[in-house]
Amino acid sequence: MSTRYMFLIYSDEAAMADATPEQWTEMLHAHQAWSGSVEAAGAKIVSGEALAPSTTSTTIRKGGGSPVVTDGPFAETKEALGGYYVLDCADLDQALGFAHTLPAFTVEVRPVIPTG
Amino acid sequence: MHDSVEVTSAVEQAHRAEWGLVLASVARLLGGDLGTAEECTQEAFEAALRTWGTRGIPARPGAWLTTTARNRALDRVRRETALRARYPDLVREEVEPSGYPGDEEEDAIASVDDRLRLVFTCCHPALAPEARIALTLRLVCGLTTGEIARSFLVPEPTMAARITRSKKKITTAGIPYRVPGGEDLPERLDGVLTVIHLVFTAGHTTEGPSLVRVDLVERALDLARVLAVLMPDEPEALGLLALLELTDARRAARADEHGHLVVLEHQDRDRWDRAAIARGEALLARAFRIGRAERPPGRFLLQAAIAGAHDEAASWAGTDWTGIVMLYDRLLAVWPSPVVEVNRAVAVAFADGPEHGLALLDACTEEPSLRSWHYLPAARADLLRRLGRDADAALAYRSALALVSDGAERAYLRGRLREVDPSG
Repeated sequence: MSTRYMFLIYSDEAAMADATPEQWTEMLHAHQAWSGSVEAAGAKIVSGEALAPSTTSTTIRKGGGSPVVTDGPFAETKEALGGYYVLDCADLDQALGFAHTLPAFTVEVRPVIPTG
Repeated sequence: MHDSVEVTSAVEQAHRAEWGLVLASVARLLGGDLGTAEECTQEAFEAALRTWGTRGIPARPGAWLTTTARNRALDRVRRETALRARYPDLVREEVEPSGYPGDEEEDAIASVDDRLRLVFTCCHPALAPEARIALTLRLVCGLTTGEIARSFLVPEPTMAARITRSKKKITTAGIPYRVPGGEDLPERLDGVLTVIHLVFTAGHTTEGPSLVRVDLVERALDLARVLAVLMPDEPEALGLLALLELTDARRAARADEHGHLVVLEHQDRDRWDRAAIARGEALLARAFRIGRAERPPGRFLLQAAIAGAHDEAASWAGTDWTGIVMLYDRLLAVWPSPVVEVNRAVAVAFADGPEHGLALLDACTEEPSLRSWHYLPAARADLLRRLGRDADAALAYRSALALVSDGAERAYLRGRLREVDPSG
């Protein structure tokens, strides 16, 4: 029995924009090392992606009347959604353990509703 | 036939002593399904009220209730398709006998681990602090949602929603039903002890005639006792129980016959509960013996030692203030907190003179997190009064009054203000 979690990674985009190529490479290696530690602990990484800055985002709101298209993310915050992972973990304690070691400043751990 | 008063009182007694045990045992059977375990436990107590009158009060009420609740759970697993799919092994489980004399089913009785699992799950850090308290009172202590709502002054539907939401989070988020392992244990234990301490302090109010909500204080003591029994080698678990015993020992002296707050300095020490003090002191001694070998004493143990130093003193003037300041120094080292700084400053005032304490308190007024805490200006006012600086004291009492809500504390501060400023 395991539970599937989405790890939503929030980061300071201003700091990310200033990162040098060397820092990007370091970050990539840090994520690879982390992925290795997750698999070694018997959990499974289902997927994971890094997202382009929220300045490239477009939001469509549907409600009364015709859909409204706006430039930018749904919620404007200092720390923006910058990437995600989907993991199968034994339980929340294991998931939180991985969230602690994930090389990212803020991580929201959210259970995925099982389907199918 | 047993008369109904006898039955009601037996069920009430069992409710207080056994609720958490019964629920923990059913929860183990169902692999941590706390919602169903809660319902089955509730039904077992309702069954007790109905059947003990005609069939007699069982010799071991806890065993009867546990068996009945577990049988309800097995019954549900057979009846409800969703549960049947989740617990295929339980479908074939035999229904157990009903726990009357002669029946032995030790195995069904909640083990130490079951009870700890329940407490640690209710106090999981992924739950909001107020949810941890509500869940602990509901699932471990068996208080009704209405009782919990009244204790924390929130409407009952709000509390019901909070409890439902938390139980849902435990299931959906996959909060494990277990006692955390080695390296996580100290931090998680601290979370459990904090919840119990919060229940206790919520019981010490400045509202109402006795200034104490006895139900909350008693439940906190119950929980702390259970934890001290379950974790006899954890100095902080013993320290929390010692702290509660040594503080609650002064309960009868906290208010006078008119319900007015009596501060420690003016309490009638003959009204302190000497038996509770002796229990607290014995726990302190035991905890310090264990603690020395492994790690420095933690915050609950040190706070208990400070409470003990007050309880030992024959009078306010005869208190070992220097010893108390040293304990505060150790407390600050393991638990740096502005509130502790303030309490230490007050102890310094009585050890070295009010002007020394006042200087330290003045430094604390810069701390943003203390800005809305009435105790800081009240403590400053008290020292200014002792120094004969009545005008400054009056000003400080007024600042404190501006921060304190209605109740006994406000009446106390008003009285003090009139002493230094008759027009106040």
